[in-house]
Amino acid sequence: MNITLNIWRQIDSQDKGKFVEYKLDNVSSEMTFLEMLDSLNDKLIREGKDPIAYDSDCREGICGMCGLYINGRPNGPQKGVTTCQLSMSVFKDGEKIIVEPWRSKAFPVIKDLIVDRTAFDKLIQAGGFISVNTGAAPEANAIPIKKEKAERAFDAGICIGCGTCVATCKNASAMLFVSAKVSQFALLPQGQVEAKERVQKMIKAMDELGFGNCTNTGACEAECPKEISLSNIAHLNREFYKAKVK
Amino acid sequence: MSRYLGSSITKKLVMALAGLFLILFLPIHLGINFMLLKSDPEPFNKAAYFMANFWVIKIFEVVLLATFVIHIIWGIILQIQNWLARPIRYKVPNYSQTSFFSKFMIWTGLIIFIFLIIHFMNFYFIKLGLVKGDPENFYSVAHQLFKIPAYLAIYLISFTILGFHLSHSFWSAFQTLGWDHPKYTPLIKILGLIYAIFIPLGFFIIPIIIYLK
Amino acid sequence: MVTLNSKIPEGPLADKWNNHKASVRLVSPANKKKLDIIVVGAGAAGASAAASLAELGYNVKVFVYQDSSRRAHSIASQGGINATKNYKNDADSDYRLFYDMIKGGDFRAREANVYRLAEVSNNTIDQFVAQGVPFAREYSGYLANRSFGGVQVSRTFYAQGQTGQQCTLAAYQALMRQIKAGKAQMFSRRFLLDLIVINGKARGIIVRNLVSGEIERHSAHAVVFATGGFGTVYYLSTLAINSNGSASMAAYRKGAFMANPSMAQIHPTCIPVLNDYQSKLTLMSESLRNDGRVWVPKEKNEKRHPNDIPEEERDYYLERRYPAFGNLVPRDVASRAAKERCDAGYGVGDTGLSVYLDFRDAIRNQGKDVIADKYGNLFDLYTKVTGINPYIEPMRIYPASHYTMGGLWVDYNLMTSIPGLYAIGEANFSDHGANRLGASSLLQCAGDGYFILPVTIGNYLADDIRTPRISTDEPEFEKAEKEAKEKLNRLLSINGHQTVTSFHKRLGHIMWQYSGMRRNEKGLQKALQLVDELKEEFWKDVKVPGEMNELNQELEKAFRVADFFDLAHLIITDALHRKESCGAHFREEYQTEDGEPLRNDKDFMYVAAWEYTGENSPPKLNKEELSFKYVKVTKRSYK
Repeated sequence: MNITLNIWRQIDSQDKGKFVEYKLDNVSSEMTFLEMLDSLNDKLIREGKDPIAYDSDCREGICGMCGLYINGRPNGPQKGVTTCQLSMSVFKDGEKIIVEPWRSKAFPVIKDLIVDRTAFDKLIQAGGFISVNTGAAPEANAIPIKKEKAERAFDAGICIGCGTCVATCKNASAMLFVSAKVSQFALLPQGQVEAKERVQKMIKAMDELGFGNCTNTGACEAECPKEISLSNIAHLNREFYKAKVK
Repeated sequence: MSRYLGSSITKKLVMALAGLFLILFLPIHLGINFMLLKSDPEPFNKAAYFMANFWVIKIFEVVLLATFVIHIIWGIILQIQNWLARPIRYKVPNYSQTSFFSKFMIWTGLIIFIFLIIHFMNFYFIKLGLVKGDPENFYSVAHQLFKIPAYLAIYLISFTILGFHLSHSFWSAFQTLGWDHPKYTPLIKILGLIYAIFIPLGFFIIPIIIYLK
Repeated sequence: MVTLNSKIPEGPLADKWNNHKASVRLVSPANKKKLDIIVVGAGAAGASAAASLAELGYNVKVFVYQDSSRRAHSIASQGGINATKNYKNDADSDYRLFYDMIKGGDFRAREANVYRLAEVSNNTIDQFVAQGVPFAREYSGYLANRSFGGVQVSRTFYAQGQTGQQCTLAAYQALMRQIKAGKAQMFSRRFLLDLIVINGKARGIIVRNLVSGEIERHSAHAVVFATGGFGTVYYLSTLAINSNGSASMAAYRKGAFMANPSMAQIHPTCIPVLNDYQSKLTLMSESLRNDGRVWVPKEKNEKRHPNDIPEEERDYYLERRYPAFGNLVPRDVASRAAKERCDAGYGVGDTGLSVYLDFRDAIRNQGKDVIADKYGNLFDLYTKVTGINPYIEPMRIYPASHYTMGGLWVDYNLMTSIPGLYAIGEANFSDHGANRLGASSLLQCAGDGYFILPVTIGNYLADDIRTPRISTDEPEFEKAEKEAKEKLNRLLSINGHQTVTSFHKRLGHIMWQYSGMRRNEKGLQKALQLVDELKEEFWKDVKVPGEMNELNQELEKAFRVADFFDLAHLIITDALHRKESCGAHFREEYQTEDGEPLRNDKDFMYVAAWEYTGENSPPKLNKEELSFKYVKVTKRSYK
């Protein structure tokens, strides 16, 4: 199939940037979206033009490095996929595809479609851990944990830190990201010791880093490639009130 | 300034609590409005008089007014922060399949706010003596206003918008309060939807009947 | 030939590590504050090491090429992590894990290292649980286990098919905590260009800031490489597309020996190559072989839908050839068996290059819910890539390049042949011999990072407590920076006609065809020639657009691919010299009548540690003879 791409180009963080149109013929529906961009870059390099910069690494939907805003949807129209898992089969011949970087104050653009997501690292640094030094751990089976709780902790813990939630949220809020971590640890006895400090520090960091506020629109849950549940945000709120009251 | 209003969750909590309080107030207001349908103006005027003079209600009134102000101001502050969180907008608006009206709360809210000003000009400000009118006979004021097609249209549109606003409010407040349950949350969502349909519908019926009479 | 001193402590096998721990020199907390350590790469191994070293009080500088250390490819490890907890009461023990790994590695790993890994295995599980890893649990609330290829006990701890993700994130979070505490510093989006050796000791690195393009110098008292494997030398692999061998090659050129580079694992259960555009192959966890049955049709060119092929017309070839282990034979065995069937014309799919992995019987016996509970996310992943629902019809799988057992040579202390340079995790060679067993890579990463390196590095640094912070103005930095710039500028100035990726693809084809699952003298000779020719062509005709001082992804790729040529050359050289079949290294000339590998313990029971002798001169072979005192060296059979 033949497609027309409208891609955001920006030389560096200082550049104003603009959309540039590219036509690409003979796109196979078997390609992934990033393989399609690879082939566009291949063409651009051969033509002596500057290839488009975009992040990706594992290309199997687990590292969270990729992430593009495609036709008004983070990671494109498919549900529950990262950009690297998006298949070209969801696009039609002759379709016009507009590709934008994640847009958020907390994720400034570095070049073209690459954004700086170190704000997520800072959120984890604020409290997204259990403070156990190496060697201090007790026998793993010393504390039994209800299977169902461990599973819910896992479901929250599978966040890949890709930033889709921030990208799709109309408020550019990081609530789903923060809530997944807070929730994972609040569900486990190991994490409860520091629960109070963790939730307060992470929320404080979130506010300071320039993320927006959550207004419960649910866009994050709908677009999250790992389909992390909105109920984690309710859980986060609970944890926050508990910490404030106690 | 935001620092003095607490964290993002605290601000949300304030919004939710104020919102819930307003949600509780709406059926009371609707109940009184139904008295407009009686041919005898006495019960409505009495109710209005009672509401205006009983001291408990007076306290309630202050709280209510404060709640309105808080809900509106906090809402605007949050919205401005949210806009600032994305200084460069997307070229293609977000098509994420989520509850549609949740994306326009600020706009539906502001329209309701404008209606509230008109509403206050017609009734509340009269009572306070800020606007000329007969505070003893709100019944006839209401009946006169509803006979004006333009006013009726504004009234109906405002309540449709209120319905949209409410469709996201109910469950959202629960979510913010952290009341989430695998079994009851879907129930709350349905309840919220029913509320968002029937309350405005109640407010609809009254002026239409009056207009058609 | 240099005699390699592996510095294995004295004493009986089970006491070596304890004795060593009791005798290593220590660095006092006050002195640790004065010592800097650089950690390159921060996946499961690097992050756990960096966090643990920072906890001890060292100043740690961490370098990753991604935007965050949470992206490291350890995150993609699926199936699990082994430990000898013996929760299943199935007679598991440190010795048994040690034995399984030694046997699984076809008697080409170092006994003392492997035993030590088994010894620390339980600590790693304790550590991860304490860090909040949500491992799978029984209804009782206690930890669950499953079995894995090549073993007969259930000792694998897992978190659905995302164990690597959960463990890597735990290590990442521990590291983030140390960054917040100011004990560790993160340098993300940095690519290693060279290692700095001053007076024979590793003292720093040269990196390129991938955002600004600037070349930076960083010094330290010791350097740790946790840079992972180089399976991407095959172009298509289960690795992240940016995984590379450049750090190892930089160390190699500076005098670190490269051990057994040809020991590259081809993983049997991957989603097959679907088309020419493919940039990557997706792994389907080996744990699937616990319940999935592998088969091909008994007829060649079978065109029927797999569900329409009756039982008696299916060839469950693993169960047929290896009745004792069946579908749970080790990876190398399963991979070769799949290739054998496909080469013989029984393969399925459009290309004929895949076999079925069927869950029909497991779903029938255990119910769909149980299977979904165990493998749900893997099935979803498979459906996303292929559009096929494995609950209804069998998966199609084929082997793909996955893991490199070979790597930088290290002694018992995990130190390379350059004093002060350590290699941990997949980057070193020490624990997996000629073939790695499933669920032991995470174990090695965590074992090395949490429990082994923090002990052994102190022994080395104890000599350095009086050495002030190393200056980055030393002439060695100057020289290395100049050379690195020259290399980058050279790449930019060729301005030829072919893209970097096209060269990488062609290199991958050569490697896969001649140096993959089956190798022979003639093919390897040819590959050596082809690789050298391709390298020459690359340096004449590659087109690298853009500038040095900007974010330039093509330049990054070009630098890595340039190193891949030299690495490929080394891999083939190693494969050529090892005239035997062992583990993943299968030489067609050395096989039994029924096609099983034929090992040659008399001549090849050693680690081949290759020494760099110059850009255009052949590498020099050094041997670390292996001796097996605690296991009987047998023919490795899974029949």
